[in-house]
Order: sequence, then C-alpha cells, then structure tokens
Amino acid sequence: MIDATTRKLALSHLWVAFAAFIVACFMGEYQVLERSGFFPVLDSAPVYFASVSTHGVLMAFVLTTFFIMGFGYTIATTSLKQPVWNKPLAWGGFWLALVGVVLAAIPLLTGKASVLYTFYPPIVAHAAFYIGATLLVVGSWVWCAIMLVMFSQWKTANPGQAVPLPMFATAANAMLWLWTSAGVALEVLFQLIPLSLGWIDTVDPGLARTLFAWTLHPIVYFWLIPAYTAFYVFVPKQAGGYLFSDEMARIAFIVLAVFALPIGFHHLYMDPEQASGWKLLHGIGTFVVALPTLVTGFTVIASLEIAGRLRGGKGLFGWILTLPWTNTMVLSVILALLMLIFGGFGGIVNASYAMNAMIHNTAWVPGHFHLIFGGTTIIMYFAIAYYLWPLLTGKALFSNIMAVTQLWLWFIGMAILTTPWHVLGLLGQPRRISSVVYNNLLTLAWKPYEFMMIFGGLILLGSACLFIYNLVKTQLNPTSETVVAEEIEFAEPIHAVTTLPEYLNGLRLWNKVIAVLMAVSFGYPILQFFFMKTFGSSAWGY
Amino acid sequence: MQTEPSKSANLIQSLCAQFNAIHIDHLEKRWITISLMVVGLLVGIITLDAFFHGVNPPSKVETIDSASLHLSKEFAEDNLGVQVDGKGAVTIRMVAGRYSFFPKHIDVPAETPLTFRWVSMDVLHGVHIPMTNMSTMIVPGYVAQVSTTFPKPGEYPLLCNEYCGLGHNHMWSNISVIAKEDWKAPVKSPANGEQ
Repeated sequence: MIDATTRKLALSHLWVAFAAFIVACFMGEYQVLERSGFFPVLDSAPVYFASVSTHGVLMAFVLTTFFIMGFGYTIATTSLKQPVWNKPLAWGGFWLALVGVVLAAIPLLTGKASVLYTFYPPIVAHAAFYIGATLLVVGSWVWCAIMLVMFSQWKTANPGQAVPLPMFATAANAMLWLWTSAGVALEVLFQLIPLSLGWIDTVDPGLARTLFAWTLHPIVYFWLIPAYTAFYVFVPKQAGGYLFSDEMARIAFIVLAVFALPIGFHHLYMDPEQASGWKLLHGIGTFVVALPTLVTGFTVIASLEIAGRLRGGKGLFGWILTLPWTNTMVLSVILALLMLIFGGFGGIVNASYAMNAMIHNTAWVPGHFHLIFGGTTIIMYFAIAYYLWPLLTGKALFSNIMAVTQLWLWFIGMAILTTPWHVLGLLGQPRRISSVVYNNLLTLAWKPYEFMMIFGGLILLGSACLFIYNLVKTQLNPTSETVVAEEIEFAEPIHAVTTLPEYLNGLRLWNKVIAVLMAVSFGYPILQFFFMKTFGSSAWGY
Repeated sequence: MQTEPSKSANLIQSLCAQFNAIHIDHLEKRWITISLMVVGLLVGIITLDAFFHGVNPPSKVETIDSASLHLSKEFAEDNLGVQVDGKGAVTIRMVAGRYSFFPKHIDVPAETPLTFRWVSMDVLHGVHIPMTNMSTMIVPGYVAQVSTTFPKPGEYPLLCNEYCGLGHNHMWSNISVIAKEDWKAPVKSPANGEQ
C-alpha cells in the first residue's frame, strides 16, 4: 500500500491536472465549432483567442506539469521504498504552482492575455499572466529538487546497486526539465515581465524567439517521459510478460534527455534571425533524438510479443491476438504506438528543411502535435491514472469496460480530428485563425475538413467526460469492501540487472555533456544578439 | 607529460570495457543498426541538399529598425513591390503590418528566380503562399529574405500564418503569377532607367 502522504500528494496534483484537462477539452470543442464558420452566432475573435490561449496553457503547462509532479512522487516513493523527502517543501511546491495557475487564469479568462501559450513578443499580455506562469515553473523546480535529492539519497544508501528503472527515468526527467525551463525562464524574467510592467521600453523578438526555442522542443520530452516510463515499467507486467531490456531503457532515457535539448532551432527554420548553419546543426540533432524513440518502439513491441507468446500466442502475428486487449495499460500502449507511428511520420516532415517550408505554421502543425501529444502522450496519462487510481484511493476502478471504451473513443476521436487537420495544412490553411475570410477559391476545399473536425472534437470531449466520470465514481465509491491493498507492480527485465556502469546509473556525466552541447548549439546563436546592431520592438496590444 | 595520454587512454579503455559489459541482445543490435541507417539516410539527404543544391530556409541574419521603415531608403513606400535590376534579377520588397501586406497586390513572372524581402512594421507575422515554398516568419527588427521560383501561373493567396492580434485572419492579399512571356517589368524598375 502506498503511504498516506504520497497518496494525498499524488491525488492533489493529479486532480489539478485533470481539472485543467476537462476545462480545456470543452474549450477545444468550442474552438472547432467557432472556427468552422457553420455557426455565425459563435463568431468572435476576442473570445476565440482568449479560449485558444487558455486551452494551450491548461493542456501544455498545467495538465502536464501537475501530472508529472504527482506521477513522480508516486514513482519515487514506491520504487525507492522511501518516504517523500521534505514533505512541507513538496506541499509548498504544489501551492506555489497552483497560485501561479490561478494568477495566470484571471487575465487569460478575461481576455487580457490572448497571446497564446507561446507568448511571442512584441505582443504583450497583462503582467499577471507571466508572473503566474513563472510561479508554476518555480513550483515545478521544487519537485525537480525533491526528485534529485531522493535519487541521490538512495544511491548513497545503496552503493553499487542499480537505481530502479522507474526512478532513473523520473530523475532524468527532473534534470531535463531544469535545463529545459531555463530558456523560457530567461525570456520571461529578463524580457516579458519587465516589458509588461513598463520597466523596459523594447525587447528584441529575435532573442525572445531563440530563448523560447531552447525550451520548445525538450518540453515535449518532459511531457513524454512519463508515457515512456509507463511503456517500460508498467506495460510488460500488465501484459503478462517481462521487460525486454533494462539497460536499453536506460540508454533510451539518457539519449532522450541529452539530445532533446540542443535541437530547438527546428522551430526556427523559417526565422530570419538565425543563420542556416545553426539550423542545419539543430536539424541533424533532431533526427538523432528519433533514435531513442525507435529503440523504445522495439523494446515495447518485443516485450508485448514475449507476453503474447507466454499467453499461448503462436505464429508471426498470433501473439497480438492473445494480448489482454481489455487491460487499460496494454490497450493504451497499442493505441499510443499506432498514433506515434503516424505522428512520427509527420514529425519527419516537420524536421526536414525543405518539406517544412510547405507546412510551417499551417494547420498541419497543430494536427501533428495533437496527434502525438494529445494522442500518444495523453492516452498514456489516462492509462497511468486508471492504474494508479485504485492504488491511490484504495478502491477498485468503477468500471473497466467504461475505461476501455473511453480509450478507444479517444483514439477514434483523435484520428477523426487530426487527419483532416493535417490535410487542411497541406491545402494551405494557416494555423491560429478564428474564421476563414480569405476571398479565394482555395478556401472552398477546406469546408468538408472543418466539418469532420467538429465530429472528432465531439468524440474526444465525450471520451474526456467518461474519463473524469470514471475517476470520480471510483474515488467517491462509499462501499468499503472494495478496498484494494495491492502493491504497485513494476515489470521485471528478462535479464536481471546485477551491476551497471556508473554512467547508466547516474546523471552527473550526462549533466556535463548537456552543458557542453548547449554551449555549442546555443552559445553563439544567443551571444550574436549582443554583438550585432539590433533594433528592439516596443510593446504592442492585440 | 607522459602520464596524460595513458590516463585518457585508460579512461577510454575502461569506458569501452564497461560498455561491452552491458547486455545488448543481437536483435536489438540489428534494430539499432537499421535505425542508424534510416536516420543517416535522412540526415544525409538534407545535408547534401543544403551544401550542394543550396536548399536552405530563409536565414539571412540582417537587422533593420522596424519602427522607422518609412524613413529607410529600401522600404520607403515608393520603393515597395516588384523591381528588376539592370541584370534582370527580380526583387520584391514587401511590408507586413496589422492587418495587411503592402503593396496589396503584385504581379510576378512564373519560371523566374524571385527574391522576396519581407519586413514587419509592428509585431511578429508569418507569410505563406499556399502550394508553394514561399514561406517565412517576419520578425520585427529583421529582414526576411526568401528566394524561390513559381512554376505555375495563377492567382495565389498570400496569407499571414502567425498570430499577430485579434485581426490575424483578416491579414492576407493576392499575388498573380503570370506566364513568363506575358509579364512586363514594372515601370519604376531600375531596369527601365529608374533609380
């Protein structure tokens, strides 16, 4: 049984995450309805952009950060078998982050921060928005510190032993997030907050975009690592088998954490303030970071095959049928991998120099990240929630059939939403428009796809409501005989890990490698703004 | 002096030994080899295209004061639009500002190398001509230069593709791509004796 402190801490974090999620889902459906133009009564650019900004902040910053913190506390205490280090500090981090969210929500919901979750100066929002976002990040730094302290405390207490894989992944993610958030923190602290408060008159948008690009790619790996953690440490056990390789999992997490960082310029391919050599360097790094995902795909599928064969599956593909398709974790990983294959294909287009020019900032891009983040990552968040809820509340899941239905609906909804979204991008529709007013025949071709997206969004919204309903009913179940006293179960590797070289068991070396890579890939591109004659931009409303 | 190389050699040797001690299945090794080859192929194509065919995104790091474009020689109102220089090179100078592209309409020749020079007079914009690779961010303080050739004549929309304010979706204009033989250089071009 998970100890009471961890349960309370984890549930508090996860409920903030899922509350943000369900609010943002309703906004998402409103947005596809508004944008389609089929309902003139909804037409309103100010409401639309306030909604898009809030939807992005809730999904990308609130859902993810709180989920990752709650998940991390659970992983740390259960895999290391030690209580949360510095309980008051952990609660301090929670409240700091929550106050930040509320502070940012006020200008967002009142239309005073319709700058989208990517900020993009010289358009400037109300200062409370930036200050709130900063508090959220500082709250998450508290979590990072606790994870890294618990990681090193365990290593000191257990010299020469391999750190449990789930904790290794979580600590790598904490290190990754500290590095990742530094870029946007510099932008917000030295550019956006001073500009919004009127302390400075101008900012250089080129520098702001470069700093934001520092954060913009690795942040998606910060979101993705809990999903990959579940792939490695929960899925093989839930499928009834073993993890194919513990060492390769560690290598995958290390390569993810190290190479996610120095590659952010693929977001700036089309930008005039960085030279093509730097873009090419970051572009090559972008392909390198595909390697750990390819390795992860292999390991997960191999682990599933072992399980399928242990369950009596025969033949080349027979093992797929014998997998427990009604197990939420197993079903989720299958659906997640399917979405990852299509999303990864789209990602290669984005990462490629020449092809990117055709789809940059078109509807293709939100189509891509909804598929890979909303699809692959979030479906694993669902699976983790379904697995943890009985362990955290001590009550059996309200309905497994409802959970399985919900996961299928999420997959189908995501397919119906994102396929037309990609097509719209290829047909030239820009992203982030509240209505189509272009006087051009091209826009006629967009209509049927806008229509399909409404249905995809509706299915996703229904699925999201089922998810929340199932969790609430589980937790509020008054009957006490359903109490679950199980332990959390981590997958065993086929080959037990006896000894590990230090570089696969610690992060010190990799921290240094990241420092060198970041200095190489971002050093000059940031310093150039101080060497050349630049012209700042004054603040603009919207 | 002599201990230095042996120390680092020792370190490398021990790292290699440690790495070899890790259990990696032969299937895994095969898969990693395939993955490396696929990634290497993609990186190879992009790198070769960049170095030998000049396929690069708009990356001319050139600054300009966006607050005083009207005072600059190059982007003064009279100088905007299509111009052909003495050698026949076509340059198109455009200003983006909430919520339009100036000039509002331009005619350009098909199958001709074109150089677009875009600047913003206010906030961040992006511009894309759908179905073509004429795409760039327009960041205030910088000149975004794109070189391209349009193969097919026709009427193309020219759309702002980065959120620039509540009127973002109203920011667009049209561009006519005209068959090469029917196109005439604008009167104000240096090629026609104007400077």
